[in-house]
Amino acid sequence: MKDKIRIASGQGFWGDLIDAPYTQVTAGQVDYLVMDYLAEVTMSILQKQKNKNPKLGYARDIPELMDRILPICKEKNIKVITNGGGVNPEACAEAVIEVARKHKIGNLKIAVVLGDNILDRIDNVISNGCQLNNMETGEPVSIVKDKLLSANVYFGAMPIVEALNMGADIVITGRTTDTGLTLAPMIYEFGWSKIDYNLLSAGTVAGHILECGGQASGGNLLADWRSVPEIENIGFPIAEAYPDGNIIITKHQSLGGKVTIETVSEQLVYEIGDPKNYITPDCVADFTSIKLDEVGKDRIRVYGIKGNPETEFYKVSCSYSSGYSAVGTLTYSWPDSLSKAKQADQILRKRLENLNLKFDEIRTEFVGYNSCHGPLATKLDEDKINEVMLRVAVRGSDYNSIERFGKEIAPLILTGPPSVTGFAGGRPKPADVVAYWPALIPKKLVEPKVEIITL
Amino acid sequence: MKKIKLIDIAHGRSGDKGDAANVGIIAYDDKGYQLIEKYLTAEKVKEHFQGICLGKVERFELPNIRALNFLLHNTLGGGGTVSLKHDAQGKTLAAALLRLELEIEE
Repeated sequence: MKDKIRIASGQGFWGDLIDAPYTQVTAGQVDYLVMDYLAEVTMSILQKQKNKNPKLGYARDIPELMDRILPICKEKNIKVITNGGGVNPEACAEAVIEVARKHKIGNLKIAVVLGDNILDRIDNVISNGCQLNNMETGEPVSIVKDKLLSANVYFGAMPIVEALNMGADIVITGRTTDTGLTLAPMIYEFGWSKIDYNLLSAGTVAGHILECGGQASGGNLLADWRSVPEIENIGFPIAEAYPDGNIIITKHQSLGGKVTIETVSEQLVYEIGDPKNYITPDCVADFTSIKLDEVGKDRIRVYGIKGNPETEFYKVSCSYSSGYSAVGTLTYSWPDSLSKAKQADQILRKRLENLNLKFDEIRTEFVGYNSCHGPLATKLDEDKINEVMLRVAVRGSDYNSIERFGKEIAPLILTGPPSVTGFAGGRPKPADVVAYWPALIPKKLVEPKVEIITL
Repeated sequence: MKKIKLIDIAHGRSGDKGDAANVGIIAYDDKGYQLIEKYLTAEKVKEHFQGICLGKVERFELPNIRALNFLLHNTLGGGGTVSLKHDAQGKTLAAALLRLELEIEE
């Protein structure tokens, strides 16, 4: 057994720094590269792409990235784990195989984790007694069944562990928890028992710290944000894991950013609910047991973690089509910038009303004044604000109303208050609104499947 | 009684959980944690976010990292891509909470 492994975070979301995975595998020693590509809304976008072209439906950054890093990973024996397979892990694997062939890399095992996509078997799930009730409203999924765009079960670390046990060098999954990507190599390398919930929770906490990339190593840091060194060249976090469940969060020393109690603490509280019950498919981690110690420069020891058995359910993330939205913006300058923007908003609303358009919601915000903090924003003398951006957003089920709204923004320039600019982008187009439907499914109704392709 | 600015004793981070926002507030030291633990109640946070948080506020304690986690329900205009808010994911709400002044006993 290895005495420690180093797991590098490569992406915090699809759209993150393109070069981060490359620098993670070149700027120092690591054993694993883990990359999270999937947000809730991502799955519905990928499903739409796959509907149009059966060879798509995965994070298309991956082949290009693998073209850069695969030869390096092969040479340094770095394993790559990603959920960027989206709704089509097999097609993603095929694209990676092509890359491997181009570089004449042989003796390579690529695993795909399948079975998370239940969109085609919703009826089957319902007939098995699971109504996929919305976790927030309690309503059964049948009321949006005709509008469903995607439905994916969150798998945990175990299918990835199975893939690693089969000798995989690269593991490509569909919907897998971000934390499972990091926990899996620890279970595999250290032979952790799948009922040692304290160890599983330690790996889960490490996964939570890594899952947003640079957000744990100096990015988006509220505590003394000016103090982050060389953030333009930020090193993403690395979890140095030990068989006893001790984790050191660190980064490559040659890169920028920093790892401190503050950077790790901020990430620990990010997007959590009840900290005593951080539920994953693998365990229920207790975040109130986590201890942090600074044990060196950019080295934070994370330890003492306790956890409890996993639940009998997987979480399911469904998305469904829920009408259209559009956003229009115009910028007004001094003098009286805010007063002008407010009057423009009133004019626009009267015109929309006269047109008898139908909206579920119209929202006005003044960017540069109160769009972030609303009523909490410091009250300023309206006439002294240098400039303000009027932002009006609409949402509704009537496409024509949303489209017509888009045609009413630009006319305000010639038929509204003066000293206005910022309409270079053209008419706002209606965008599809994708609503999210979280539910639970008994684990016995879903079977993860691991397939391995050997080159 | 004296007033203390929350931003002087704590930092934090916020994000979305559906239509709820999560706001984690972390004290810089043990003394700071004693203050937020005592004075930064769910009621206080609910009152602060009047007009923004339309649902209930839940508070959870993480004394191990000197943090409090708040769940602000019905806050993000429907959440996800449904929300028309510029800050649809509540990313700036931790900073918004740090605007708060705590009245503490001397």
